Amino acid sequence: MTIHPLLAALRRHKAGVVLIALQIALTLAIVCNAIFIIGSRIERIHRPTGLDESNLFMVAQSWVGAPTGDDQATTDKLDSLLQADLATLRNLPDVQSATPISSLPLANSTWSGGVSTKPDEKNEPAQVIYYFGGKDLLKTLGVKLAAGRDFTDAEIGNRAFRAPNKTAITIVSQAMADKLFPNHDALGKTIYFDGSSTPTTIIGIVERLQASSVDSWANDFAWNTALVPTRLDGNFSRYAVRAKPGRLRSAMDAAVPALYKANPMRVFYMDGKGVRAFDEMRASAYRADRGMAILMGVICLILLAVTGAGIVGLTSFWVGQRHKQIGVRRALGARKRDILRYFQTENLLIAGGGALAGIVLAIGLNLWLMKRFEMDRIPVAYVLFGVAVVLALGQLAVFAPARRAANVPPVVATRSV
Amino acid sequence: MLAYYLDLAVRSLKRSPGLTALMVLTIAFGVSASMTAWSVFRAVSGDPIPWKSAQLYVPQIDMWGPQAQQNNPDSDKGPPDALDYGDAVALMRDHRAKLQSAMYPIGPSVVPADAAKHPITTSGHAVFSEFFPLVDVPFEYGSGWSAADDEHRAPVAVISNKLNAKVFEGANSVGKMLNIDGRDYRVVGVMGEWNPQPVFYDITNTGGFARESEDLFLPFNTAIAANLANNGNTNCNETPDAGFEGLQKSHCIWIAYMVQLDSASAAREYKSYLEGFARTRFPDWAPNVRLRNLPDWLDHQHVVPSDTRVSLLIALGLLIVCLVNTAGLLLAKFLRRSSEIGVRRALGAPRAAIYAQFLTEGAMIGLAGGVIGLLLTGVGVVSVGWVLPRQIANLAHLDFSLLATTLAVSVIASVLAALYPTSRAARVVPAWQLKSN
Repeated sequence: MTIHPLLAALRRHKAGVVLIALQIALTLAIVCNAIFIIGSRIERIHRPTGLDESNLFMVAQSWVGAPTGDDQATTDKLDSLLQADLATLRNLPDVQSATPISSLPLANSTWSGGVSTKPDEKNEPAQVIYYFGGKDLLKTLGVKLAAGRDFTDAEIGNRAFRAPNKTAITIVSQAMADKLFPNHDALGKTIYFDGSSTPTTIIGIVERLQASSVDSWANDFAWNTALVPTRLDGNFSRYAVRAKPGRLRSAMDAAVPALYKANPMRVFYMDGKGVRAFDEMRASAYRADRGMAILMGVICLILLAVTGAGIVGLTSFWVGQRHKQIGVRRALGARKRDILRYFQTENLLIAGGGALAGIVLAIGLNLWLMKRFEMDRIPVAYVLFGVAVVLALGQLAVFAPARRAANVPPVVATRSV
Repeated sequence: MLAYYLDLAVRSLKRSPGLTALMVLTIAFGVSASMTAWSVFRAVSGDPIPWKSAQLYVPQIDMWGPQAQQNNPDSDKGPPDALDYGDAVALMRDHRAKLQSAMYPIGPSVVPADAAKHPITTSGHAVFSEFFPLVDVPFEYGSGWSAADDEHRAPVAVISNKLNAKVFEGANSVGKMLNIDGRDYRVVGVMGEWNPQPVFYDITNTGGFARESEDLFLPFNTAIAANLANNGNTNCNETPDAGFEGLQKSHCIWIAYMVQLDSASAAREYKSYLEGFARTRFPDWAPNVRLRNLPDWLDHQHVVPSDTRVSLLIALGLLIVCLVNTAGLLLAKFLRRSSEIGVRRALGAPRAAIYAQFLTEGAMIGLAGGVIGLLLTGVGVVSVGWVLPRQIANLAHLDFSLLATTLAVSVIASVLAALYPTSRAARVVPAWQLKSN
């Protein structure tokens, strides 16, 4: 089949052709970027924290009427309250292990600082997110050691909540280790936290441990984390608790009543519930990302539906308009398949033209979003996928009206209007 | 004449119900998607205190010096977003603005008198007496405390009507005692319904939007004396000494500050005062101060999430595609009626009449699309509550202005879409059409 008559026919509907092509171009531009947003959000939502997330939950509470201050007596008193709570939690039948902890990945309460390989450095080269924890820290979190060893119970210390961090040992994430020691020889090396002169030895490296915040300010050091074997003694406390396999709910249900029973003068956080399963923390940390992905998905669907319907509508109109000519072609020997092919090719040409313009628009939109909203560069694959989607959409939409055209009987040619 | 055009439009639309439905639905979906996105955007970008936001200012001082600014990701190398204790207290002592308050977030527990009840967690702020007139806090009972109470570290409290309902069954509790973290405070005021979003007076500690309204306000000096530590962000460029006292002596920043300045000249004066203040306190470097009014401050703090902006843009893009789509369909529909137009023109109808006829038809499609769009917008606004973060979704709501905007946008959009097809229809040459039949 020759393209020439097809082009000649298109030239007679210039405005309609331009409008459809424009619509396809805009659709492509928006769909590419929306799918890219969806893709990157899904990737973000599903990245593992490095913890064994099942059977893990957090308890957050504060003691009412407990002393405040950082003197030794107060710290001792608060530490005994903390130890009492831990004993209560560890004694629950469905609890496997529990540890005090300053925060958890995705918990959105962050303790960050600077870290350097030199002492007394004012402008540290790297930022770090701390997790201060007690006995059974690694076991409870379920993080995997890539090198080195776990803390021993004797190495766990405690300090007042607002006292400076002066730990002699730490376990850091692989990302943190590689950032400080690009030659991958971090184990056993000495580092200095927060511009201090206190040397801290890296005794272990965990494969992966995410930061406690997923907000954009922490993006640059989202995997640079350090575990510090220190119980923080303040008025409030958080505990990470690992339930026995499959016993998460019953362990969570038992935790708050048991703590209240041991000491009623306290308040529980996290909407007053006091406990939150890790998967709930994950859902709430990524709620905005999930929402954005869903929103973009809905918009994409509407967009494709509208554009598809528009193609159906306009092609139907053209079929109606060319009713007689189709009859003539059929009478002159064109097969049904030729008519079908004609409309399909016509659509492919228009959609192809629109898609070419759409690629430019899609990249332009992406560049603009990058400049204004710190978005990443769109990978070519997304654009190509978008092109495939709009071309397929065009073919799908044109099929019904094209078949109707193919079914126009040749006898139409002999009838006058 | 309008009645005639309406009649013509209805006849024409009835003639091809499928195409009409397609156009109406296209407009409806396009408009409702953008209106849903708009409702969220409107909610988070709204001015929380429109009657005086231009008079409210946030002062910033660089207490860390140019050395620390090397790590500042901001291109303008502006001073830190909050104040340290020493500077905040010194600014309060100087008292140069009409109204001013330093503040920091607190989260003490309230112990009910009834021993059988568990203590209650609260969130609130430690503020100065001028805070209440500064941000126009409404009172149900009583009022804020006095400057003398600030001075004497009086154990007084202003509580929310929600906390009042929880602890005092909603009665007028002014003068009653309330146990906060083991100390007794006298209630001096119960606030009326008040939950500004964003929490404009303390963006640095709240990040903008809070899920819950604030329960209580205590005098700043009283809270400091009671060792009520801050429950928000602390940002340090040095390791402070131990304890809350150590934090107060350090240059760590954790205090928000707001002032009211009624005129541009008062703002200029205050700015030059700030520069002098910075020069005296930090003689080692040139004063680096900012004085932003509230709208600028909200903008600088990126209170509107970029997701919300991107969603709105993408939804507007969808609306444009819907317009182009409708324009294409209308073009087809109008040109099919070329012979009818030809007859009308030949019988003496001027171009203006053709315009009026076809634009009426377009407006009708827009109106129908708008009505369906209203329903879909309603569904959309309810559904965003399920997918967006609650503190933001809670703010999006349906109201008369949103519904009116939906209808207006819908009609205007479809008339715009009809403009080009109509101009083509009006250009139909009568003789040509008559001849070809």
